[in-house]
Amino acid sequence: MAGSGKLHLRLDSDPLLIVQDLVVQYKVNRKSFVSAVAGISFDVLRGETLAIVGESGCGKSTLGKAIMQLPRPLGGTVVLDGVDITALDGNDLRDVRPKVQMIFQDAISSLDPRLQVKNIIDEPLKVWKKGTAAERSIKVDNLLNSVGLDPVVVRDRRPYEFSGGQCQRISIARAIALDPVLLVCDEPVSALDVSIQAQILNLLQDMKEKLGLTLIFISHDLAVVKAVSTRVLVMYLGKICEVATPDDLYAHPAHHYSRALIAAVPIPDPEVGVDKIRVTGEPPSPVNPPSGCRFRTRCESASQRCATEEPQLQEVGLGHFVACHHPVTN
Amino acid sequence: MNQLLKLSDFSVSFTTPRGDLHAVRGVDLSVAKGESIGIVGESGSGKTVLSRATMGLMPSTATCTGSVEFNGVPLSDLSHAEVRNYWGTGMAMIFQDPLTSLNPVRRIGSQLMEGLIVRLGMSKDQARARSVELLERVRIPDPYAAMKKYPGELSGGMRQRIVIAIAIACTPELLFADEPTTALDVTVQAQVLELLAELRQEFNMTMILVTHDLGVVAGQTDRVVVMYAGEIVEAAATKDLFANMKMPYTEALMKSIPRLDQSSGQRLRVITGRLPDPTTPEPGCSFAPRCEYATDKCRAEKPPLVTTQTGHQYRCFFPIGGSL
Repeated sequence: MAGSGKLHLRLDSDPLLIVQDLVVQYKVNRKSFVSAVAGISFDVLRGETLAIVGESGCGKSTLGKAIMQLPRPLGGTVVLDGVDITALDGNDLRDVRPKVQMIFQDAISSLDPRLQVKNIIDEPLKVWKKGTAAERSIKVDNLLNSVGLDPVVVRDRRPYEFSGGQCQRISIARAIALDPVLLVCDEPVSALDVSIQAQILNLLQDMKEKLGLTLIFISHDLAVVKAVSTRVLVMYLGKICEVATPDDLYAHPAHHYSRALIAAVPIPDPEVGVDKIRVTGEPPSPVNPPSGCRFRTRCESASQRCATEEPQLQEVGLGHFVACHHPVTN
Repeated sequence: MNQLLKLSDFSVSFTTPRGDLHAVRGVDLSVAKGESIGIVGESGSGKTVLSRATMGLMPSTATCTGSVEFNGVPLSDLSHAEVRNYWGTGMAMIFQDPLTSLNPVRRIGSQLMEGLIVRLGMSKDQARARSVELLERVRIPDPYAAMKKYPGELSGGMRQRIVIAIAIACTPELLFADEPTTALDVTVQAQVLELLAELRQEFNMTMILVTHDLGVVAGQTDRVVVMYAGEIVEAAATKDLFANMKMPYTEALMKSIPRLDQSSGQRLRVITGRLPDPTTPEPGCSFAPRCEYATDKCRAEKPPLVTTQTGHQYRCFFPIGGSL
């Protein structure tokens, strides 16, 4: 699973975000590094919801943060709205930041416990000097209304007085306060109950339509991804396995890893037999990844070629790309 | 049928500054030997409290009423020290969070051997040999090396396997699994569920699987109990429940799950509102404020738990598809 290659980029359709050859490394100790993101390219069209899926440790969160330059990627470019933000620094980079906002997995701990809700949402507006105190106060109320919270009730409360779902609503209000163009959602519903999860997913969908947002939706839950995304990118150990529309991906997964991931999702119907496609074991250490295709150690179709040659993304259907020497044929 | 566990009118409440919090209210449940039961509900529905209270794992702020019978012995009449004797060999529990349910400063081997030495009276050498077997059984690669490791050196999936190995070490008759796979990736979840099913067969264990994931329940259980606000609101054989839901809450829960076999881009159904405040119980049906079919009767009067001829139980005046 190497997932190098850029065949899947749609540069002629004027994407909002173009990421090319992005590399992010963390220092493990004095001698070794781990490449959490190892040369990934992708693009996101305006109004699209790109989902990034993979197991824990595959680098999906790191990828999301690297787009926001948190931390600075080691290599590659991130072009947002025609501007290469990896080349910017200081005030120039700061000026770009309001355009990209993020929603985090753990809503309760991503809000300052000592601030009142009105101050949490007002903070970005204040920092960016958007209007007078009175104007901002009206804006905060509007934002709270738009995420389905009653300003009169919640304004003066603090995060610990709210449930996880309500905190996630507050996070969304804060993220959209500065009218971003791109919203990066890192596992926004994985800490929530199923019933609350549906509310937040629908809210994100509403916000996207109302504000013309583009979303990057990072998740390990394939069923959630299918419900919200327009394009899915499957990652494994810092590389891309497969890029496709959700309907294509779930009906005809071309990568052995995608197929196993989909087969592992339990179906809430006792009449449906259990699919016996299983990956064994757990992902190898990213400090010392396998040569060639990174998935080969867990792949039943791995051959000699997979150990020596890194597969490149190839088109297997319209808008469906896979990085595998022996793609699954249906 | 040979009954292993029987709860009668079992309630648990906690004393809090805001008044008594009724976490479990009047639960009647019997579990036959060898059965696999799923307990489903949202967070706060009382499913975890129910399973822990059954084992006697409750803090001093909790008051349990009603009776718990295990193998015919009324556990609720025994002292805490006597109930302890049932832990490990009679009942055992796999806790939700594998990251925190192991002691971080003790090696895996010593945590595994503890139960074997204390409960089964094994010598250290016997316990060590048995521990290695157990680790092999839960498919830990290189069990000898794993015995010497600390929990922090293992991944989440490996730690959950260790927790399972500890729970089955003394071959308990009844195994509680409290959200055993919630913290795990889907691929690892599938492996762990498969392992649990195998072990259940092998040791003829009875299992109570506590989860919020109806998908996990569908593949793993013979019977499902749906809890809401501390009460059983529906219970039926798994196939019967999924084919023939009676309770609007179960239906709503089911419809709010995004599913792989639905086409993409569809809006999800939501259950509006929240669980009722457990300190002030509603006079009527506890789900009525969130139920789209609720009438004045539902808000004023509490529906009884109805049992049909097929053993399907539900707590609703206006069950879906009509009453039987």
